[in-house]
Amino acid sequence: MKDMSEGYVTEDGRKIGGVVMEMKNITLRFGGVVAIQDISFDIREGEIRAIIGPNGAGKSSMLNVISGFYVPSEGEVWYKGEKRPPMRPYQVAQQGIARTFQNIALFEGMSVLDNVMTGRLTQMKSSIFSQALWKGRAEAEEVANREVAEKVIDFLEIQHIRKTPVGRLPYGLKKRVELARALAAEPTILLLDEPMAGMNVEEKEDMCRFILDVNDEFGTTIALIEHDMGVVMDLSDRVVVMDYGKKIGDGSPDEVRNNKEVIDAYLGVAHD
Amino acid sequence: MSQSQDGTGGLVSVPALLHRNAKEFGGAPAYREKEFGIWQCWNWAEAEREIESLALGLLNLGVNEGDFIAIIGRNRPHLYWSMVAAQMVGAVPVPLYQDAVAEEMAYVLGHCGARVAIVGDQEQVDKVIEVKDQLTEFEHLIYLDPRGLRKYDHTHLHRYSHIQEQGHAARDELTPELRAREAKLNFDSRCVMLYTSGTTGKPKGVVLSNRNVIESARYSSAFDKLGRGEDVLAYLPMAWVGDFIFSIGQSFWTGFCVNCPENAETMMQDLREIGPTYFFAPPRVFENLLTTVMIRMEDAGSLKKRMFDRYMAVARRVGPKILDGKPVGFGDRLQYWIGNLLVYGPLKNTMGFSRVRVGYTAGEAIGPEIFEFYRSLGINLKQLYGQTEATVFITAHPDGEVRADTVGVPSPGVELKIGENGEVFYRSPGVFVEYYKNPESTASTKDAEGWVATGDAGFIEEDTGHLRIIDRAKDVGKMADGSLFAPKYVENKLKFYPNILEAVVFGNGRDECTAFINIDLSAVGNWAERNNIGYASYQELARHPKVMEMIQGHVEEVNRSVAEDPMLAGCQVHRFVVLHKELDADDGEMTRTRKVRRRIVEEKYHDIITALYDGSKEVSTVTEVTYEDGRKGSIRATLEIRDAKVMPVQHAMAAE
Repeated sequence: MKDMSEGYVTEDGRKIGGVVMEMKNITLRFGGVVAIQDISFDIREGEIRAIIGPNGAGKSSMLNVISGFYVPSEGEVWYKGEKRPPMRPYQVAQQGIARTFQNIALFEGMSVLDNVMTGRLTQMKSSIFSQALWKGRAEAEEVANREVAEKVIDFLEIQHIRKTPVGRLPYGLKKRVELARALAAEPTILLLDEPMAGMNVEEKEDMCRFILDVNDEFGTTIALIEHDMGVVMDLSDRVVVMDYGKKIGDGSPDEVRNNKEVIDAYLGVAHD
Repeated sequence: MSQSQDGTGGLVSVPALLHRNAKEFGGAPAYREKEFGIWQCWNWAEAEREIESLALGLLNLGVNEGDFIAIIGRNRPHLYWSMVAAQMVGAVPVPLYQDAVAEEMAYVLGHCGARVAIVGDQEQVDKVIEVKDQLTEFEHLIYLDPRGLRKYDHTHLHRYSHIQEQGHAARDELTPELRAREAKLNFDSRCVMLYTSGTTGKPKGVVLSNRNVIESARYSSAFDKLGRGEDVLAYLPMAWVGDFIFSIGQSFWTGFCVNCPENAETMMQDLREIGPTYFFAPPRVFENLLTTVMIRMEDAGSLKKRMFDRYMAVARRVGPKILDGKPVGFGDRLQYWIGNLLVYGPLKNTMGFSRVRVGYTAGEAIGPEIFEFYRSLGINLKQLYGQTEATVFITAHPDGEVRADTVGVPSPGVELKIGENGEVFYRSPGVFVEYYKNPESTASTKDAEGWVATGDAGFIEEDTGHLRIIDRAKDVGKMADGSLFAPKYVENKLKFYPNILEAVVFGNGRDECTAFINIDLSAVGNWAERNNIGYASYQELARHPKVMEMIQGHVEEVNRSVAEDPMLAGCQVHRFVVLHKELDADDGEMTRTRKVRRRIVEEKYHDIITALYDGSKEVSTVTEVTYEDGRKGSIRATLEIRDAKVMPVQHAMAAE
C-alpha cells in the first residue's frame, strides 16, 4: 500500500488530509460474545470511509464505538491526535461527531424543521431560563441556529416539507431529514448507519448525490456502513471489511474487491 | 409612433422604466424570493444596483450590442435581473425553457447564436456544456447557484456574483459606456426574443420590440387597473411570453412586486403566504386545486361537509351574480355573506386566493364548472386569449362581463377581424417584429398591413362583441349546407362530462354530424359499481344499455347547448356510437400527447362511419389492435348505433 501519512489526492482531485480518527486494537465484548476483535483502522480528514461486511459482522457495533455509545473493552480511540477517554454520547457529539441511525430515530410528532433544529442542541450555550424567557443570548442563538438549519434544509432540498410532521413523511424523505439533523450539528465526522437501507434505486441515487455533495461542499469526513456494494464501491475512498468481528480487508474499493478473504466472506465458504 | 411614445411619457425601454421606478419609489419592494425559509426582499433601488453591477460585468466580459444572451432556470429575481441587464448593454435576452433537454437547447442556442448564457444551477450548466461543442459562437457561461460546480473548469465558466463584483470594480471605467448604450435604446430596439414551443417543426424565435412590450404592458395594466400595490407570484416558465409580460413588462410599468417561490414543490405554500392580488394560471392548476379541495371535503366530518355543500349551493346560485355586480335579493346576499364567513373565506385562504383581485386562465379551454366554482367563491377569474406573437394580449374578459364560453372582448389597442374561413386575425401595438432568421414564416403569418393570423377559428358575438374561439382553423370545415363545422368545439363540450374520455365528431361536407365516443373506464366503472351493474370487460361495459342511455343523455344535453349558438347549431350530433375500444397512441389513433389523429381514425373505422350515415341500427366490425409489447391482434364487435335528439336550427340568425 502506498504511504499516505501526509494525506493523498483522489482520482477526482479531492485533497484528503491527515488522520482525524484512529481506532487502535479495538475489542468489544458483550459478556462472552466478542462483537469486535482487535480491529485497527484510521479515518482521514475529508474522506469517505466505508465499513462493510455481512450481517452480524459487527459494523454497527463499530459505529457505536466511534460515536461513543459503546465503550470498547480493550483498545483506544484517538481523535484529532488525542486519546479519547470514555465519554457519554452527547460529549462525543459536542466534539463534532454526528450520526444517523439504521432504524430512523426522529421525533415523529415534530415538524421537519424542529427535528433539524434539535441537531443544533449541542451547540446551544444559553441557560434554560434564558431560553424559557426568550431573552438575551437565547434569542440571538435561536436566530443563528435557525439560519444553519435553513441552510441545511436548502442544501438537502426539503423546503417543501419544512413544516410537515415527520410521521407523515415517506421513508426515503425521513432518511433525508435524519441526514439533515446530523448535518445541522456541523460535524467534523458524519457517521451514517446504512443510509440507503430500504430505498428504491431513485432514492439511492439521490442519497448518493447528497452524500457526495456534503463531502464536497462542507469538506465533512464521512464514515458509513452500507450493504449495497455498488453504492459503497462508487462512493467511498477507502473501505474496511469486517466479518465475524474481525477485520479482513482494508484499502481502496479496487483493492478490497480483489481481496480473496473478502470474496469468500461475501460469496460464503465453509467456516471451520 | 410619437403618439404612443407620449403615452409612455418618453419611457421607451425596460431599463428606462427601472431607473424611473428606482428614482420615484426606490424604497418600494420590487422582488421577493423565499430563501432559507424567509422572504428575502429587494426594493427598486436595490434591484437597480444589482442590475447595473451585472450589466457592467457583462460589459467587462465583452458583450456587444445586438448579442443574444440566453437565460435558463427557474423563476428567480437574479434571472429577471439578467434579462434587464442584457437589455441595458444593448444585448437581447432569450429565456429558454428550463426543462428542455440538451439537444433542444442546442438548436435554440445555435439558431440565435448566443454568445453568453446565464443559468440557474449545475443542472443547466451541465446541459449547456454538453452541447457547447456544437455551438460556434458560444463563449461564456454564467451560473447563479455554485453548488456542485467547484471542480468545474472555470476558464469560460463564471459565477454570477463574481461577474457583478468585477463589474462593480470596473464601474468608473465602464459606466460611461453603459450610459451610452442605454441611451441608444428606443421603441424599436429588440426587447426580448422568445421561442415558441413549436408543436410542429422547429421552434421559431419571436422578436418583440420595446414598443410591443411596453405598450402591451401599459394597455393591459390600465385594463385591469393594476397598480403598485399588486403582488404576483412568478412560477410559470420564464421562457413563456406571459411570464415576461407579467413579471417584467407590467411589473416595471406599474412598479408592482414580483414574488419568486422557494422551489417548484413549495409553490402552493408560497402562494398561500404571498396571497397574490393578480394571479395567472393555466386551467390545469385550477383543476388540481379544485380536486384537492374536493378530496379533502370527502374526508371532512359530516358537519363540515354539510356546511360546505349547503353554502356551495348558495355560492353557485348567487356568487357569480354578486361578482358581476348584478342585482341579488337581500336574503341571498345575507346567506352569501354568512357563507363567506364560514366557508368561502377560509377556503380561499387555504388556496392562497384571499387577496386575488384579478385572476386569469388561458392556454386551453377550461371546464365551465371549474370556472364557475372559482367565480362563485368570489374570485374574479377571467379568461384571456393571447399568443407570443401578440405579446400576449388579443382578447380578455372585462370585469363584470365574464362568461365561461367566450374569451372576452379585444384588449385595448387590438383590432380583430374574422377571415373567410373563420380564422381570427388581429392587429395591435403588440404585434411581433419578426421571426428571427425566418422571413418566410414571418411573411406567411403577418401580412403587409400588420394583420396576424392566429391559426384559430372563431367568431365575434354580434350583441356583446365577445370573441368565441371554436377550433383550430385547419380543423374547421363546412357542412353540406354551408354552415360551419367545428368538431373540436363539440368534442370539448362532450369531454367535459367525466364519463366521456374521448369523442370524435364527423360531418365535414355532410348533411349532419355524427360522433364516436369513448367512455372513461374509471368514471363509468365507478358508476357501474355503485349501481350494481356487472361487467367483465371494457367492451361489455361500453355496450351496456344503461351506459348507452347515459351517454345518450350527455349527447342530447350537448346538442341543446350547441343549438343555442346559431352559427354552430348545424354541428349537433344526430347519431353516435360508443366505441368498443379506447383510441390509443399505440394503434396510431392518437398522438403521444393524446390528440386524436382524425384522418387515421376516419380511415380505420370507415365501416362504422358508413353505418352512422346509412341509417342502420347496428354494425359489426373487426378492428386490428396493437398490444403494448408490439404484437397485433383483432377485436370483433357489434356496435349499437343510437339516434340522439337534436334541436331545431334557427337559420334566420345564421344568415350573413
